[in-house]
Amino acid sequence: MSEDALRTEAWPQTYAEEAQPRMGFFTDTSVCIGCKACEVACKEWNQVPEDGLLFTADSYDNTGSLGANSWRHVAFIEQDRPLRVGADAAAHGGGDDGFRWLMSSDVCKHCTHSACLDVCPTGAIIRTELGTVIVQEDVCNGCGYCVPACPFGVLDRREIEDDGRVFKCTLCYDRTREGMTPACAQACPTESIQYGPLDELRVRAAGRLDRVVEDGFAGARLYGHDPADGVGGFGAFFLLLDEPAVYGLPPEPVATTRDLPQMWRAAALAAGALALTAALSLFGGRR
Amino acid sequence: MPGLGTSFGRGGATTFQQDLQNSDCIVIMGSNMAECHPVGFQWVMEARARGARIIHVDPRFTRTSAVATDHVRIRAGSDIAFLGGIVNYILEHRREFRDYVVAYTNAPVIVDEGFKDTEDLDGFFSGWNAEKGTYDNTTWQYAGMEVHGAAGQREMGATQGEQSGHGGHGAALKHGEPPETDPTLEHPRCVFQLLRRHYARYTPELVEDVCGVPRERFVEVAEALCRNSGRERTSAFAYAVGWTQHTVGVQYIRTAAIIQLLLGNIGRPGGGILALRGHASIQGSTDIPTLYNILPGYIPMPHAQAHDNLQRFLELNTSPSGFWGNMAAYTVSLLKAWWGPHATAENDFCFDYLPRITGDHSAYQTALDMLDHRVKGQIVVGQNPAVGSANSGLHRKALAELEWLVVRDLVEVETAAFWYDSPEVERGELRTQDIGTEVFFLPAAAHTEKDGSFTNTQRLLQWHHKAVEPLGDCRSELWFYYHLGRIIREKVAASEDERDRPLLELQWHYPTEGEIGEPSAEAVLREINGTGPDGAALSAYTELADDGSTACGCWIYCGCFADEVNRPARRTPGSEQTWVAPEWGWAWPANRRILYNRASADPDGRPWSERKRYVWWDEDEERWTGEDVPDFQPDKRPDYVPPAGAKAQDAIAGVHPFIMQPDGRGWLFVPSGVVDGPLPTHYEPHESPSANPLYGQQSNPARQIFNRPGNRSHPSNGSPGADRYPYVMTTYRLTEHHTAGGMSRFVPYLAELQPAMFIEVSPELAAERGLEHGGWATVSSERAAIEGRVLVTERMAPVRVEGRPVHQVGLPYHWGTRGLTRGASANDLFPIVLDPNVHIQEVKAATCDIRPGRSPRGARA
Repeated sequence: MSEDALRTEAWPQTYAEEAQPRMGFFTDTSVCIGCKACEVACKEWNQVPEDGLLFTADSYDNTGSLGANSWRHVAFIEQDRPLRVGADAAAHGGGDDGFRWLMSSDVCKHCTHSACLDVCPTGAIIRTELGTVIVQEDVCNGCGYCVPACPFGVLDRREIEDDGRVFKCTLCYDRTREGMTPACAQACPTESIQYGPLDELRVRAAGRLDRVVEDGFAGARLYGHDPADGVGGFGAFFLLLDEPAVYGLPPEPVATTRDLPQMWRAAALAAGALALTAALSLFGGRR
Repeated sequence: MPGLGTSFGRGGATTFQQDLQNSDCIVIMGSNMAECHPVGFQWVMEARARGARIIHVDPRFTRTSAVATDHVRIRAGSDIAFLGGIVNYILEHRREFRDYVVAYTNAPVIVDEGFKDTEDLDGFFSGWNAEKGTYDNTTWQYAGMEVHGAAGQREMGATQGEQSGHGGHGAALKHGEPPETDPTLEHPRCVFQLLRRHYARYTPELVEDVCGVPRERFVEVAEALCRNSGRERTSAFAYAVGWTQHTVGVQYIRTAAIIQLLLGNIGRPGGGILALRGHASIQGSTDIPTLYNILPGYIPMPHAQAHDNLQRFLELNTSPSGFWGNMAAYTVSLLKAWWGPHATAENDFCFDYLPRITGDHSAYQTALDMLDHRVKGQIVVGQNPAVGSANSGLHRKALAELEWLVVRDLVEVETAAFWYDSPEVERGELRTQDIGTEVFFLPAAAHTEKDGSFTNTQRLLQWHHKAVEPLGDCRSELWFYYHLGRIIREKVAASEDERDRPLLELQWHYPTEGEIGEPSAEAVLREINGTGPDGAALSAYTELADDGSTACGCWIYCGCFADEVNRPARRTPGSEQTWVAPEWGWAWPANRRILYNRASADPDGRPWSERKRYVWWDEDEERWTGEDVPDFQPDKRPDYVPPAGAKAQDAIAGVHPFIMQPDGRGWLFVPSGVVDGPLPTHYEPHESPSANPLYGQQSNPARQIFNRPGNRSHPSNGSPGADRYPYVMTTYRLTEHHTAGGMSRFVPYLAELQPAMFIEVSPELAAERGLEHGGWATVSSERAAIEGRVLVTERMAPVRVEGRPVHQVGLPYHWGTRGLTRGASANDLFPIVLDPNVHIQEVKAATCDIRPGRSPRGARA
């Protein structure tokens, strides 16, 4: 197996002239109002089934996590700390009783280095001409290799009616390939979810971060915007108001297949060494 | 909407949601806008992005608070003290927009010398009749004015509040000018000075004591509002049923109106008061009303005693000045729309065909009348009172006393199923075999299955086109009423009986189409718009005549079908027009988006500032012009002075922007049209843990109480037994569900997002009562005990009032016994006790107890 075949940055070359600018999401949680329109619009458009009337008592979050039946998940975090700090906050009167309620709509990250894609043995998981990562439901055989491969726990097998296949956000491939906006971004009333060419979104996000920090949101940061991170940057990245872990997101995600090439190399080396040793011993034996 | 109607002249939001982006400060109070109006809330977020201060004043920390710049926690039911405190702050620190106040409001008007304030009479205004429990507003009038049957009340017979609503119906002023004014605002009986005295005790300290808001926090809010108002800046208010669902609900809105008039924020971009409505077409349902006491366009419903004939009706309801001076044209055109050629000058244009009201026939009174067997049958459409009404258990019992009940809805809601699936049946209080009510459930078509229009929160008519045919027996409302009328008319076709003539002569001819005979919604819209002598669609209500030559189904909607174009159906994208977007839908009146927008210019007609430029007088063109349709006669000069004998709008001077009011002014003080006082004053909720520190009179004396079995109230602060119900409870909605749940609990994608009835409490209250997070608790009142899952959250922190904590219990009211997610109905807990103006229930503040564990189940012993 060549290293190139493993590394997903082979895209867009594999699409030749069909390749398009890489598209993605920028989810700006500083303007999320927790309305869950994204969750509903996603389920409506993609015909994702309802998966249980479970009261979690976890603030207003009864979805719990991303999974085969929830491709958008709005987290609600209640915190004993003010929304803003610093001079600007003082000008605003401090504002909020030293309490804040963070909301954030999570989604598949559509990683640059997608471990799920790397490990999929059937070729069900592919990267599209838009640079997004999708599971082809007519190819997936439900082996589940991708489930532990995802560093975010996004992939999950649908256990409804013995289905067993893996389902996740397709970034509304059926819409985006036609130039339309994904359902969640279309439904978002506050432009917390923005869809567009990743390059443009990254520029926009940087500007937005400056503004938010200026406004006194001291813990604000971008998450997943950096191509140098452990998954090569997200195709769907975020502006968060606190540590990723607060939102249940891994602080430093790493593609679980990142070290595979080295491991293959090491294994090849070891195998070679072994063969050499054997040959030498044989040769030596003759001698 | 008498709060807005009496203050400004029209019972609708003064602005539109898109205009919030121009605000420098937005106060959201009595509303959880982000959760209940998430789409419109984008404009609040836009304002925030532009640097505006967003202040959310609310008992709870909600999804709105989460993205506001400030959350100010307030005790439920104390808003007038808070807002009155702002009025006092403005006046005390001389922060009013003086030029605006003197020219555009009734601040300089001198009031009758007989007027006595609540400050003089320990919580009562002059004119209180303790026996009747109502006010006579004679002494509230402008000094020197001929009092001419009190406005808003003049239709009243024995009951109160049937006709409240519009300042415009109000004072009868000769030539549109109040007889006595003092532009220096110094006269002791001028409105400005009355305001000063009335609110003098509403200090930051009082606000702290009543509302539980630390005084410095309150001052920050008051100061933010003042700093963000004036020539260069504007502030807006947004409210919803958190203000209206109180026994002083109308007065809450009135207080905001006073603030906005004093600060000069009405009629200007980024200003205004936005009344946020809870349904897609609630505004529409008062414009073309589902109410018993008004006709389309806010024309009063004639009363049995007062209105023997059209002439008498018009005499009592026509204002000599302002646009309500054309009442004859509006009324006659309506009668022509309904009875066509049968309506002639000789027969009073069929005025006698209109039903007459004889008393209070509002929703709650009717429910109680059902209990007392005074009502035989009921048709329930688009509502679910078995879940949504205060004291819903009593309402369910009332349904069981009917002979027949028709429920039209998308699904079999609790109101349709009460006879076999209700808490009363489960407890054995009602037995199915004993219930004689014959129940008809008729499946309704959804908005996607029919053509029609919504009139939304900002008076905007938007057309929706049918996307799919309704399934099975599902039918549109239009289909139902058209064919019901058709069949009834057929049944009486041969009748010679006089009483059937209104039916037989009714113009009931609409084209139908398709297999099911769906009537044309556009034909109905055109009839509402109105037609002229040539049969062509009219363009504006100024074309309406009182001689029978025009017909118009709702005068304020006149122009929505101008040039035979369905204007509500227009959808020019925002990118292809100005930010005001006049070609998206159509707004009443006359497609105006900001009402009273002449006030965006100074008395000479020039913008108050470049930054807040909107509508102004163009001297070269000799016309008003600007971003919006001017809310003024387009060629009336700013220096116009009405000649002697001028009538209606011609009696309004060129400097007065409130053209529906008889004096063209915004009313700080309302002489008529509000039945419980000309000025808002703080009263405690009907049930309250606190004493009223201002007056011996604890609660609104004019509120409607129905003290009867099943609807008993709790004693309030200090009275024996008050400690049995020590906590405040309040109801609200969640984004995930829709009102009484008929459109959400039955939908899997919504039900799973909020899958259980829950009760929100603070950690302190949880500790005090031993409530377990995620466990069960039971909330109780004299009306009911209901259970729910417990959410312990600091979002519900208690407020401190007079040194002690007041705990507030939060109750979403979406649940009932039906649907995918089922649970107890919060409204079961609340008493029927009403605002006297609009008969709206007080469910935003009452008292309760809460205990751990589930409520007792099964049949009662």
